[in-house]
Amino acid sequence: MIINLRVWRQANAQSAGKMVSYRVENVSEDMSFLEMLDLLNEDLTVKGEEPIAFDHDCREGICGMCGVVINGAAHGRASSPVPTTTCQLHMRSFADGATIDVEPWRAGAFPVIKDLVVDRTAFDRIIQAGGFISINAGSAPEAHSVPAPKIQADRAFDAATCIGCGACVAACPNGSGMLFTAAKITHLAMLPQGQPERYTRVKTMLAQHDADGFGGCTNIGECAAVCPKSIPLDTISALNRDLMKSLFRKDGK
Amino acid sequence: MTVTDFFQRGADIRDTKAPAGAIEKKWATRKFQAALVNPANRRKLSIIVVGTGLAGGAAAATLGEAGYNVLNFCYQDSPRRAHSIAAQGGINAAKNYRNDNDSTMRLFYDTVKGGDYRARETNVYRLAEVSANIIDQCVAQGVPFAREYGGLLDNRSFGGVQVQRTFYARGQTGQQLLIGAYQSLERQVAAGTVKMHARHEMLELILVDGRARGIVTRNMVTGAIEAHTADAVVLATGGYGNVFFLSTNAMGCNITASWRAHRKGAYMANPCYTQIHPTCIPVHGDTQSKLTLMSESLRNDGRIWVPKRAEDCAKDPRQIPEEDRDYYLERIYPAFGNLVPRDIASRQAKNMCDEGRGVGPAVEEVDHVTGEKRQVRRGVYLDFASAIERMGQKAVETKYGNLFDMYAQITGENPYETPMRIYPAVHYTMGGLWVDYDLMSSITGLYVAGEANFSDHGANRLGASALMQGLADGYFVLPNTINDYLSKAPFDKVEQDHPAVVEALAAVNERIGRLLSIQGTRTVDSFHKELGNIMWEYCGMERTEEGLTFAIGRIRELREEFWSNVKVTGVNEDFNQTLERAGRVADFLELGELMCVDALVRRESCGGHFRAESQTEDGEALRHDDEFLHVSAWEYTGAGKAPILHKEPLEYEFIELKQRSYK
Repeated sequence: MIINLRVWRQANAQSAGKMVSYRVENVSEDMSFLEMLDLLNEDLTVKGEEPIAFDHDCREGICGMCGVVINGAAHGRASSPVPTTTCQLHMRSFADGATIDVEPWRAGAFPVIKDLVVDRTAFDRIIQAGGFISINAGSAPEAHSVPAPKIQADRAFDAATCIGCGACVAACPNGSGMLFTAAKITHLAMLPQGQPERYTRVKTMLAQHDADGFGGCTNIGECAAVCPKSIPLDTISALNRDLMKSLFRKDGK
Repeated sequence: MTVTDFFQRGADIRDTKAPAGAIEKKWATRKFQAALVNPANRRKLSIIVVGTGLAGGAAAATLGEAGYNVLNFCYQDSPRRAHSIAAQGGINAAKNYRNDNDSTMRLFYDTVKGGDYRARETNVYRLAEVSANIIDQCVAQGVPFAREYGGLLDNRSFGGVQVQRTFYARGQTGQQLLIGAYQSLERQVAAGTVKMHARHEMLELILVDGRARGIVTRNMVTGAIEAHTADAVVLATGGYGNVFFLSTNAMGCNITASWRAHRKGAYMANPCYTQIHPTCIPVHGDTQSKLTLMSESLRNDGRIWVPKRAEDCAKDPRQIPEEDRDYYLERIYPAFGNLVPRDIASRQAKNMCDEGRGVGPAVEEVDHVTGEKRQVRRGVYLDFASAIERMGQKAVETKYGNLFDMYAQITGENPYETPMRIYPAVHYTMGGLWVDYDLMSSITGLYVAGEANFSDHGANRLGASALMQGLADGYFVLPNTINDYLSKAPFDKVEQDHPAVVEALAAVNERIGRLLSIQGTRTVDSFHKELGNIMWEYCGMERTEEGLTFAIGRIRELREEFWSNVKVTGVNEDFNQTLERAGRVADFLELGELMCVDALVRRESCGGHFRAESQTEDGEALRHDDEFLHVSAWEYTGAGKAPILHKEPLEYEFIELKQRSYK
C-alpha cells in the first residue's frame, strides 16, 4: 500500500506547528498504525531528517501511552470497527492511496511537547488530589474480612479499566477530563473500601480537574464514543450524584 | 576459541543475610535482627527508586509512607504506564481460600520446582510467605479482583499447578495491581514524601567510597543531564527481553539502568535464563515492532498442529484433511498433550517450523553463518474446531471471547472460522542483578527489586508469580530490609561538585556526544533488529556451543559497527527518541554478549535454557546438578574483556532435587 500522510510537526511548546505531507511506500495491511509511522521514521532518519516524535510503549492497548488524532477522531476511532487505542489500529482499516491526517491530542490541559507528543501530567495531579484509598502497606485487614457485592465490584472494575490515555479529553469540544475523573470516582465509590473518603474525594478531584484547565462537561458524549476501554458515560452521572451529596455533608463526613 | 577463553573464574560468593534456622522462621528472624530507623530520623534520609512498576511503584509508595524522602524516576510520561500493566493472567497467593490444601510450603515448593531447582530456597520461601499479605494490601487499596456472588474473592488454577491460588481481575490483573500501586504512589506525591520525575531516564550510577549514592539522569523533554544523590539507590527497572528486539515487552523496556550498575560493580546473575512464551501472535513481516501475548489458557481447549507435509503449508487449513495433520504435542507427549510446559511447547513449535512445516506468511530470514537468505513460515495452528464442536461456539465465546477478539483485531482473521496461528516469543527474563536476602546487590547501598533482580524464579518462572514477586519486593521485603542499611546513615552529603558526581556526569555527556557525533549510515533500529535476530537464533529456544560461539563473535562485530556507523539524528537538548533508543541499544549490544557467554558456560538444560548438548535419549532437557547447581554471577571487567564468573552454590535443605518428566 501507499499512504499519504499529513502530520502535525511542532518543534516544541513555544513554537508554531504545521501540517507536513509525507508519502509512505511499502505499507503492508498487517502493520499497525504505529509500525507505519516507524517505517516513515526509518526513512526520514536515513535521509538525515528528524523523525516524527510520538508517544507509545506497550503497543498492546493497555499502558495508555500512545494516542493521536487520526482523520479527526481520537485513536482513529472513525476508521476502526471496534473501540481501539492507536497502537491496536491496523493499516487494513485504510485504503491503498489514502490520505490520512495525524494530529496530537488538542486540549488546553495537554500542552504539546513536540510533534504528536503532549504533556498529560494533569491526569496525575487529579489522582494526587484524592484518587486513592488511604491505606499504608502493612496495615491492611484480611482480604475476606470485608465482602464486596459482585455487581458493584464488577461495576468498579468496568470503571477501573481506564488507561488514562486522554482520548476523552481530546475528543471533547470542551476539553473536559470528566470521563477520566468519573472513572476513578466510580471505581472507588463502588467498593466498600472506598466509602470513608467517598465524598471528600469527589470534591478535591473535581477541584483539581478545574484548576488544571480542563473544561466543563455538557453531556456531549464524544468521550465515551472514542474511549478505547468503553468507560460508560453514566460514570459522569455517578460523579455528579456524589458531588451533589457531598455538598450536604460537612467536610464530606 | 574454547569456552574457557570467554571468561575468568572468580571466588565463590554466598548470601550472608539470611539467618540460620528453620525456613519458616528465617524472615521473622531477619526482620527482628535488622536495625531500625527512628521515624523522626527517616525524614532526614533519602532514597532513589528507579522504575514505577509493581516493584518500584510499591517500594516508592511504601518508603514514602514510612517517612523517607523518596526520589522516584520513570522513562514514561506517567508512573502508571510501567509494563507491569500488561500482565494478563493473575497473581498467586497461598491463602488456601479454596480449602484445597494449599499452604506457604506448597507455593514455595511449586515455585522452586517451576524454577527447575535453580532458585535460592530462602528467598523463595519468603516470597510465598508474604504472598497472602499482598492480596490483603491490594484489596484494601481498591483493586477490583474477580469476586463470587457471596462477595468473596474468586480463584483459578494457573500455570499447571494443582491448587487454585491465582487471584485475578479479568485478563487485566497487572493493570489493576499497578493502578493500585500508582494510586498509593500519587498519594505520597501529594503528601510530599515522594518526588516524581517522569520522562527521566537513568544513565549512570554514582558511587562514593564504594557505596551507591546517586544516579545521573537525562530529562527526556529538555535533554538536561542531572545528578541526583541520596543515601541509598533502588533499581526496579524490569527485565531485558528487548535484547531480542521482538518480545512481549513494551517498546521502551531496557537494560540500561541495570547495565550501568553492572559496569560499576553489580554482578549480573544468570543472564541467559529467558522465558519464552508459546502462545503469541506470530510475526507478520520484517517491519513488526513487537509481539502480543495471548493467554496460555487457550491451550486448555485448543489443539496445536502443523501439516504433515511441507507442501500443504500454504493451503487453507480447512482444506487439509484430518489424516494430513500432525498434532505433534499430542503425538510426542501423550500424557500432557497440548498442556506441556511453556518451554517444551515453544521448542517443539520451533522444531516444526525449522523442518519447513510452519504455517502463515513466509518471513525472510538470514542465515548468519552463510549469509544466505531463506523464506520461513513461523507459525503453528491452534485450532478450536473440535472445542467448538464439543462445547458449542457460545461456550467457547464465553470462555475466550476477549482473546478471540484481540486476535481478530491484530490479524484480521476470524478464529472461530479458521484456526489461530501462534508462535513463541520472549516474555520474561529470570536473570538479573545478583542480590542477597536483603535484596542488596554486590554494590553496598544498591538494592534491586522485581524482574530486575534474579532472585526468585530460578531457571523458569511459574505462571502468575511475576506480579507476586514485584509486589512482595516493593511492599514488604525492601521496606523492611533497607532500614538495616539506612540505620547507619545519614552518610556524608554528596555535593554536586564531588569528584564522583563530576565524573559520572562527564561520562554520560561523553557517551551522548559520541553517539551524536558518529553520523553513520545505519539506523539504531537496524542494529537492534540484527542483534535481536542473532540472539533469537543462537540464544533463544535452543542453544549450542557452536551457535553461541558464533553469536559472540558476530555481536562483537556488530557492536564495533554500531560505534562507527550508527546514525542518530537531532541534538541532545531536545525531545529526541532516536538518541534514547541509541543509548539503550548500545547497552543491549554488551548485554547480548554476556547472555551468550553465560549460556555457553552453562552446559546443561534447565528451565528456559535448553542446551542441545544436554538432552536425554528422547530429546528432553537434561539437568546436571553435579556441575551446575549454582547461580552464575558475572563481574564486569571492562569493555571487550572476559568477565569473571562467581558461583553461588545452591543448597537445597528443605526441598529434594528431582528431574522433571512430561512424557
